[in-house]
Amino acid sequence: MLTRAWNSDLAYNFRTSPVALASAALALILLIAAAFAPWLAPHNPMDVASLSLMDSFKPPLGMADADWSNPLGTDNQGRDVLSAIMYGMRISLLVGFLSVLFAIVVGIAIGLVAGYAGGITDTLLMRVADVQLTFPSILTALLVDGVISAALPHTMREALQIYVIIFAIGISLWPNFARTVRGSTLVERNKDYVMAARVIGVPSWRIMLSHVLPNVIGPVMVIGTLGLGLAIIAEATLSFLGVGLPPTQPSLGTLIRFGDDFLFSGEWWVTVFPGLTLILMVLAINLLGDWLRDALNPRLR
Amino acid sequence: MFGFIGSRLLQAIPVLLVVGFIAFALFDYVGDPVSILAGQDATAAQRLALSHDLGLDQPFFVQYGRFLWAALHGNFGNSYRVAQPVANLLAERLPATLELAITASVLAFAIGVPMGVYTGIHRDSFLSRLMMAGSLIGVSLPTFLLGILLILAFSVGLGWLPSFGRGPVVHVGSWWTTGFTSWAGIRSLILPAITLGMFQMTLIMRLVRAEMLEVLRTDYIKFARARGLTDRSINFGHALKNTLVPVITIIGLQFGGIVAFSLVTETVFQWPGMGLLLVQSVAVADIPVMSAYLLLIALVFVMINLIVDLLYYAVDPRLRARR
Amino acid sequence: MALLDVVDLTVEFPTRRGVLRALDRVSFSIDAGEILGVVGESGAGKSLTGAAIVGLLERPGRVAGGQILFEGKRIDTLSAEPLRRIRGRRIGMIFQDPLTTLNPLYTIGRQLTETMQTHMRLSDSEARTKAIGWLDRVGIPAAAQRIDAYPHEFSGGQRQRVVIALALCADPVLVIADEPTTALDVSIQAQIITLLKDLTRDHGTAVMLITHDMGVIAETADRVAVMYAGRIAEIGPVAAVIRHPAHPYSDGLMASIPSLEHRVDRLRQIDGAMPRLDAIPNGCRFNPRCPRVFDRCTTEQPELLDAGATRAACWLHAHD
Repeated sequence: MLTRAWNSDLAYNFRTSPVALASAALALILLIAAAFAPWLAPHNPMDVASLSLMDSFKPPLGMADADWSNPLGTDNQGRDVLSAIMYGMRISLLVGFLSVLFAIVVGIAIGLVAGYAGGITDTLLMRVADVQLTFPSILTALLVDGVISAALPHTMREALQIYVIIFAIGISLWPNFARTVRGSTLVERNKDYVMAARVIGVPSWRIMLSHVLPNVIGPVMVIGTLGLGLAIIAEATLSFLGVGLPPTQPSLGTLIRFGDDFLFSGEWWVTVFPGLTLILMVLAINLLGDWLRDALNPRLR
Repeated sequence: MFGFIGSRLLQAIPVLLVVGFIAFALFDYVGDPVSILAGQDATAAQRLALSHDLGLDQPFFVQYGRFLWAALHGNFGNSYRVAQPVANLLAERLPATLELAITASVLAFAIGVPMGVYTGIHRDSFLSRLMMAGSLIGVSLPTFLLGILLILAFSVGLGWLPSFGRGPVVHVGSWWTTGFTSWAGIRSLILPAITLGMFQMTLIMRLVRAEMLEVLRTDYIKFARARGLTDRSINFGHALKNTLVPVITIIGLQFGGIVAFSLVTETVFQWPGMGLLLVQSVAVADIPVMSAYLLLIALVFVMINLIVDLLYYAVDPRLRARR
Repeated sequence: MALLDVVDLTVEFPTRRGVLRALDRVSFSIDAGEILGVVGESGAGKSLTGAAIVGLLERPGRVAGGQILFEGKRIDTLSAEPLRRIRGRRIGMIFQDPLTTLNPLYTIGRQLTETMQTHMRLSDSEARTKAIGWLDRVGIPAAAQRIDAYPHEFSGGQRQRVVIALALCADPVLVIADEPTTALDVSIQAQIITLLKDLTRDHGTAVMLITHDMGVIAETADRVAVMYAGRIAEIGPVAAVIRHPAHPYSDGLMASIPSLEHRVDRLRQIDGAMPRLDAIPNGCRFNPRCPRVFDRCTTEQPELLDAGATRAACWLHAHD
């Protein structure tokens, strides 16, 4: 099983592509740093008691007064920037993954229904998808976020905010998945086995699901990977705008927002390091997505 | 020709009605306007009276009709946050956003198209590879972060350009304001316009490149070469013109994107436009501003679609024949 | 001196799996005013030969050997700009599918005047007058009105007439016509061939007529070259190749022409298929399919040998 996977075209393509290897390595390093932040990070940025204003605005290594206990410096509260970044990545990646997962589930469901039902249902659902596609996802997410926040009682807002954000970003990403799944469903619907299943009284949608899913795995992986990049950017943007995650759960976007206040006073590292991390993370994901798209569909090169 | 425009306008009406409906549903059902306007300690009778004044006791479609009618007259009610008519707030900020968005689009188009043509023609050259690699970084770079980095470099570091605001503006006509009349105004525009245009520029470049590669493979380009036409005429005449149809679509759609992304750029640079207003409104759940913004954006999108259709019509003779 | 002299032309495509040789030492010549037919199955290298002559090989294809002499001068070594001046001006080209060879966004008048003004010093009004004249000559009715029409407003046959006008409008001395009738309705094919033949005869233009249709060659060409798997199998006067084909492959091809002159009882078919470029057999390339194969054919590759009125690359005609 493993050797077969190793020898497959995709794996071969992966092993021989320096870009794919480099971006995968980068993504893996960031993922490990994020996932094991509680064990790897030098400090716990969430532990307010350990913070000391005496340590505030320590510069990063390479500048005067820097030391190894805070390699990337500290912020205005004396929080270690490196640790804050590692914890922030956890939240950024978590929100990104869950949003894309949500979009995939919704997209597959709607795509299947549209392709299977056809007729007016199909037209209506795809029209909605079209209209939403012309609407930039950041705007959709912002409006959905704003509306739900307005509808929620004040006391619950902060606790539920992370789910609101996941929902808002996920909703802005579903149309791409739905279109792909619908296309594949349309192809499968007219095949003999679906007719046969119908004749013997098996619910044909169940059979179709098991036939459509393998067909769309490739495209869904590509759209999902590129979508993950978009989702992480969207979350960071919302958090930067101050309508994303609450300050108690600082993501990379939130960190950049905090640091933005100190640009002019010279403490650039509070913003720049979270920013670079965000760029590297999205770049690695986009490179992987681009590579995956080319590898799965050489014609597009 | 006029029939064509007419039919396009007719098609736009349902879209506007649907968006209007969403905006109305927001306006009416999210948050409780009565308790917001009447305050916490209003009596039940006061609430009922206010509800009657606002028309909230009317049947659903009557309310929707009233909302549309009011919206048609530019009346979106008052902002919860600053207690001013929403229409005035938006009109005050529209010129700033449009000036920024149009400058960014022109910038993205003027740089993105030639770069796309170049990378399409010289697909394997070093410069092309460099541009393609750069464009991937451009796509991966969140707009707000680009803005911050530009401020860090050109305002904080070098001190060349202002980092916030619109600079001095001059009133033109009854409500338009422009920053183009003074050097300080133009300087204020530079960083926000680059920030806003960068993403669109990389997108346009990649799109033009892909289309060029496609078109350069066609028989009519081979035939043009076989007739000994100059490279200049083939690349920038025959090929570029044929890539324009898909490019126009994307650029049209992208202008919508630019208007939307302007809210990010405006926040970074504290640019006094509609986007900044929206972000401030979302943060405090100021529903009237949000619904008016939604309607206005929908209107902008419909207008852009119409312009895109007209441009198609101008570029492609096959469309002219079919209608 | 021949107008065009192709000597040992070799074209290669470097690929991941090694270099593929698509043309292997192809030699032939065309005299002024002459019509040379080039026949063969698709993939035999006919179109590639035409593209190589005008320097329009698609990447990564490249001329790897041999010479191309045009009007006594080598043109395979020319740089892009002088070569461009020859294309259209001295050597015209006609492509297969008239539905895709015209730029859909320009009027046919604009495409004609642009071509002429690229190569000749003409004012706009002179160019326009000449363009109308050309449309008239290729049989477009009401040319003066139709000149401002777009390609999609013409039928397929009319578009091919426009393509012919475009190929001839700068008065070239040689036209390479690559399957000019293949994409057309059978009823229109004869008209287009007649038009091409008449116009080139009137202007004294030589034609390299590439086709897989032996019938067209029989009616049109003076001489014919039969190509197989990137080489010329036989070349000679049309009548001789048709009546007495010297190469077993030409023999098979000729037998498949249904003609009034010599009726065939059944259409003979050559067994097998042309080899792929990465699997060319040793010796004569045709040997696995040849009905008259013998030992020498599987070991040595034959060059063109005299075979009566024609020349054929076949060991049957070896006299040593």
